[in-house]
Amino acid sequence: MSEISLEELQKKFQNKIDKDVKIEPRDWMPDDYRKTLIRQISQHAHSEVVGMLPEGNWITRAPNLRRKAVLLAKVQDEAGHGLYLYSACETLGADREQTIDDLHSGKAKYSSIFNYPAISWADMGAIGWLVDGAAIMNQVPLCRCSYGPYARAMVRVCKEESFHQRQGFEIIMVLAKGTPAQKEMAQDALNRFWWPSLMMFGPNDAESKHTKQSMDWKIKRHTNDELRQMFVDVTVPQAESIGLTVPDKDLKWNEKENRYDYGKIDWEEFWQVVKGNGPCNEDRIRVRKKAKDDGLWVREAAMAFSQKRNNKAKVA
Amino acid sequence: MNNKLFEYTLRIADDSLILGQRLSELCGHGPILEEDIALTNISLDLIGQATNLLEYAASIENKQRDADKLAFLRVDKEYKNSLLVEQPNGDFGSTIVRQFLFDSFRRPFFEALASSTDESLAAIAKKSLKETKYHLKHSSEWVIRLGDGTSESHQRVQKSIDVLWRYHSDLFYEDEVDLALVSENIAPSFKEIKKEFNQHVLAVLEEATLKLPDNNWEFTGGRKGMHSEHLGHLLAEMQYMQRAYPNMEW
Repeated sequence: MSEISLEELQKKFQNKIDKDVKIEPRDWMPDDYRKTLIRQISQHAHSEVVGMLPEGNWITRAPNLRRKAVLLAKVQDEAGHGLYLYSACETLGADREQTIDDLHSGKAKYSSIFNYPAISWADMGAIGWLVDGAAIMNQVPLCRCSYGPYARAMVRVCKEESFHQRQGFEIIMVLAKGTPAQKEMAQDALNRFWWPSLMMFGPNDAESKHTKQSMDWKIKRHTNDELRQMFVDVTVPQAESIGLTVPDKDLKWNEKENRYDYGKIDWEEFWQVVKGNGPCNEDRIRVRKKAKDDGLWVREAAMAFSQKRNNKAKVA
Repeated sequence: MNNKLFEYTLRIADDSLILGQRLSELCGHGPILEEDIALTNISLDLIGQATNLLEYAASIENKQRDADKLAFLRVDKEYKNSLLVEQPNGDFGSTIVRQFLFDSFRRPFFEALASSTDESLAAIAKKSLKETKYHLKHSSEWVIRLGDGTSESHQRVQKSIDVLWRYHSDLFYEDEVDLALVSENIAPSFKEIKKEFNQHVLAVLEEATLKLPDNNWEFTGGRKGMHSEHLGHLLAEMQYMQRAYPNMEW
């Protein structure tokens, strides 16, 4: 058998990408492609799991039985997304426990939006509507991502996210139509979550160090700014339709470009939060780490038990 | 009779509601992601059962209190859950032992209630039984795993059994409410249910290399609204929105 040169492997790989043939776990892939995917998919998994916390914080205080059940189901879906994504990451040779330790040590990142506090019931609406709405913008194109396991996980994730987005919007809509106190709660949540939601798409294209390579590899299909614009264009009319005001004095419809122009994002805040100085960064990691540490004896017991049973089976 | 049926339905509903609420505290904090999902799932089932049962209770009472008003706007003495379900989550072992004792009771209970002459209770019991079988399988397997795992897990879970066992008899508390309904074949008698409960608990504990505590001192009172200190805190949190923003739609 003749040896295939690295160059040829690279050519074959790029050929597949160009023809939109999915890359599968056993296929050859460049190291950087693998690394980029591990980084992105594990960040995505961490975001799902850390993202359980701000909403989990309100399950015990949900205002009625239906809201409690829906919120429980939603947060449970997020844990499920975390699981598929960790599994997708494992297909690239990453170890789940290691990636989680990287999260706890601060080496791996997660979506910065979850470093903002959920301080009122309306935040459950705003998170579903805006945060899951922004996540959908990001994730729908990922269903066509060049890496097969990630693309397939995203198909399922997106279906559930669109349900989440609708339930969030419904919470906000009910509040916006409710008593003055409820409407105020809804507006306050929009005020706090609007800008951080726009930041979810990442830095401006000119500042984004990963975008070009990721687009060449068809991991990413749109730039950060394109996705952000799509989000603004979809979301502003939704806010208007329920009588809420988007907290941006520079926001206006641009007839010529057929899109909204919006104000300047505070990138200083964005980078501060990414670097760990957001309102909840420490709490989120402390809580996740505590769950892992407190569960150590449980995981050890499960391992010891399954070993004992295996030994018994062998003897028998 | 309607008062008794209302009271009886509340007792079943409140067990589901309060345990569902307790488990929901753990969402996002499980020892592994798979268990986070499993415990949330059980919580979700229990909240669903509570909803069905409270809707039925509201229709029996017929006093313009709906399921949400019953769930969120009673005072602590009006909750009729057993003492077991309001106990704090503690470590994963005590969460599991509490669940195991409860599921071991609930499976034969719903099995029997499914033949109730009250069609609504029978229908709810049938539906809930399916879920409860899964819950029992899950909690029994964990008791065995933790009991026969490491020496640390064995010690921890044995301690949880020693502490929680004292509340099990509250599940079987029987007074004039039950007896009147038993005579009408609406409620099942606890005699057979207790036998099945004991059999299952002992079989699982044996496989888990665990044992029941020697001390048989027992607490009851939940069904009469006499609760532990823990319930008040749970309710303060659960009722917060309804108390802070009364009479609103959510």
